[in-house]
Amino acid sequence: MAAVITRDIVKKFGEVSAVNGISLAVPNGEFMVLLGPSGCGKTTFLRIICGLEKQTSGDLLIGGDIVNDIPPRARGVAMMFQSYGLYPHFTVRHNIAFPLKTQGIPRAEIDKKVEWASQLLGIGHLLDRRPRQLSGGERQRVALARALVREPTALLLDEPLSNLDAKLRASARLEIKQFQQRVGVTTIYVTHDQVEAMGMGDRIAVIDGGRVRQVGTPAEIYDDPADRFVATFVGTPPMNIVAKNGGYLGFRPENFLPKDMIDDGAFTEFSFRVDRSEYLGSERIVYGALEGFDSSQVITAKLPPAHVAEESIRPGEWHPFAVRNGVMRYFDKDGKRASRH
Amino acid sequence: MAVIAEPIAKPASRFRFILDRRDVLGAVFVAPAILYVLLLVGVPFLMAVYYSVSAYTIYDPSWRFVGLANFEQIIEDPVFLQTLSNTFIFTFGSQILGLILGKFGALVLLRPFPGRKFVRALIILPWAVPVALATVAWQWMFDSLYSVINWTLIALGFITREQAPNWLGNPDLAMVSVIVVNAWRFFPFAIVIFLAGITAIPQDVLDAATVDGAGFWRRNYQIIVPMILPIVAIGLIFGIVFTFTDLSIVFLMTMGGPIGATSVLGYKGFQTGIISGDVSHGAAISLFMLPVLLVVVVAMLRFIRRREI
Repeated sequence: MAAVITRDIVKKFGEVSAVNGISLAVPNGEFMVLLGPSGCGKTTFLRIICGLEKQTSGDLLIGGDIVNDIPPRARGVAMMFQSYGLYPHFTVRHNIAFPLKTQGIPRAEIDKKVEWASQLLGIGHLLDRRPRQLSGGERQRVALARALVREPTALLLDEPLSNLDAKLRASARLEIKQFQQRVGVTTIYVTHDQVEAMGMGDRIAVIDGGRVRQVGTPAEIYDDPADRFVATFVGTPPMNIVAKNGGYLGFRPENFLPKDMIDDGAFTEFSFRVDRSEYLGSERIVYGALEGFDSSQVITAKLPPAHVAEESIRPGEWHPFAVRNGVMRYFDKDGKRASRH
Repeated sequence: MAVIAEPIAKPASRFRFILDRRDVLGAVFVAPAILYVLLLVGVPFLMAVYYSVSAYTIYDPSWRFVGLANFEQIIEDPVFLQTLSNTFIFTFGSQILGLILGKFGALVLLRPFPGRKFVRALIILPWAVPVALATVAWQWMFDSLYSVINWTLIALGFITREQAPNWLGNPDLAMVSVIVVNAWRFFPFAIVIFLAGITAIPQDVLDAATVDGAGFWRRNYQIIVPMILPIVAIGLIFGIVFTFTDLSIVFLMTMGGPIGATSVLGYKGFQTGIISGDVSHGAAISLFMLPVLLVVVVAMLRFIRRREI
C-alpha cells in the first residue's frame, strides 16, 4: 500500500488533449473519488496511473518512486473495470488466482490468498463457476476479489457500479467502502455519480475538461464549491446561480425557503414566482423565477413537505422567499469563488 | 361529403396474401438450397455408394452387386494405406502450419502501421488467386533446376550447388512442398478467422490481464487463444474438410508422386475411378473420407460446445 502522487499529468491523443495537467496527491489508505461528467478525462487519468496509457508529460509517483517508465505489471496497482473484465473461460477461482500466478507465487500460498479474498467478499460458494453463470452483483464481487487478492499498492476502480441496478448499487456502495476501510488500501474511484462520490469518498476531486476543479472532503465540495462548475455539478437539484452586480450569487435549493420559515439571523429576501411544485414524499421541489432577475432562469427550492403551508407556494403567485446570508455563496465574473461582492 | 376509404372492392382470393405468410415465404426461399443439395450432393453421393458396392467399370458398365468386396480389396492394398496416411499428414501438416502463420499474421495486422490496408488486401491474395495459377508458380519455385528457393539458399551461402534439394523429386520433400503450398493457400483464411476472434474480445478483459501482470506470452496463450478457440475451431473444421477432400494441389504439382509419396485420397479416387476407369474402386476410395471426416467434425463440434463461453 502506498501513496499515489501525480505532478502535472498531461495526455494528448493527437491534437485532442484528454488530461490537461492534473496534480493530485492521494495519501496512503485514502479513498479518493474522481468525479466528473462523461469525457472529462477521469478514466484516461486512471489508465495512466495503472500504466495502460502513457502520459504525454508529467510525473507519476507510487510509494514515493517515479514509475513513468515502469510497465503495468511491475506497478503493483490493481484495477477494477466498468464491465469487470473477468476472464470468461476461467472459473471464479482461476480468475481470482490469475494476478497471483503472473507473479509466480507458490501454489499453496495462492490457494490461501484466494480463500482469504473469497471469504472477505462472501463468494466462497461460487469458486467453481464461470463468470457467465454469475449475476451482476456476484461478478462485481469477483472482480473486487481479483483486484484485492494480491494486496495492491493502490486500488483503481473505474465506474464499478454502473452495471448494477439501483437497489444493488446502494448495497454495493456500502460494501466497497467497508472493504476499503478494512483492507486500508489506497483507493482511487472514478465515477460520474455524485451520490457515489459524496457517500464513499474521503475526499473528492471534481474534474472537468481534463483539469481538477476542486479537491476536498464531500462537505467542502458541497458547501464551499470552488467555482460555478462544481456548484452546479454537485447536488440535486443543482445550486441556483443568479447574476448580480457583474458576479454571481449561489444558493442551494434546500436553503431557499419561504420567508416565514426563517425566524432569526441575517437573510436576503427574494420575491419568488412559483410555477410548478413536485411532491416527492420526503421533500417538495418547487420551480419558479425570481423578481428582478432573468425571468427565464428556473430557480428551484427544496422544501420539507410537512412544514410548508400550501398557500405559501401556490403556483402562479409571487411569494416572499429568503436565503440565510451564512449559506449564500458568491462567484466572480469568471465563475471562481469570491468572498463577497 | 366525407370520403371514407373503401374496403378492397373485390373479395380477396385466398392466395392473394400468401407471400405474407412466414411459413410459406420461408419454404419458398429455402427450396432452391434444398433442391441444390439434393440434386448435386445427395444424388452423386448415393450413386457413389451404389458404385462402391458394384462391379462397375467404364469397360464393363454392369451394375452387378458385389457387396463389400471393393472395400476389402482396397484395404489390403499397401498403396492405399500409404495414401490414407499421406492424406492425414497433408491435412494436419498444412492446417497446423496455416494456423501458426495465421496467428502471427493476425497479430501483425492488428497493430496500426502505415500501409496496413494495402498489406491486408495483399495478404488475401493466396486465397483469391486461382489454385492452378498459384500452383504453377510454386512448381517453378520448387523446380529441380530453376528453383528460386535453391538459388537464394546458394547465394546466401547456406548450401552449395551440389547440396541443392530436389523438392519435388524427393518423397519427403515433395510432401513438405505440397503442405507448404496448401498452408500458404489456407493462411489468409486463418488470419481472417483470428482477426475476427481477437477483435471480438472485450478490451476490458485484455486490459485486466495487462494490469494483472500478464506479459505478452501469458496474455496471448492464457487469455486470447483460449477465448478465441471456439471460433478458430470452426475455421479449422472448414480447413480440415476442404483439405482432406482436396486433390487440386497434388494433381497440379506432383501427380501424387514421386512413387505415391504425395498421393492423397481425393487424388487416388480420381486416378482410379476416372482416369483408370475403375469406377467402383474409385467410389470406394472416396467413401473412405466420409467416416473419417464425420468423426473429426463431430468431435470438434462437441469440443466447441463444451468450450462455449
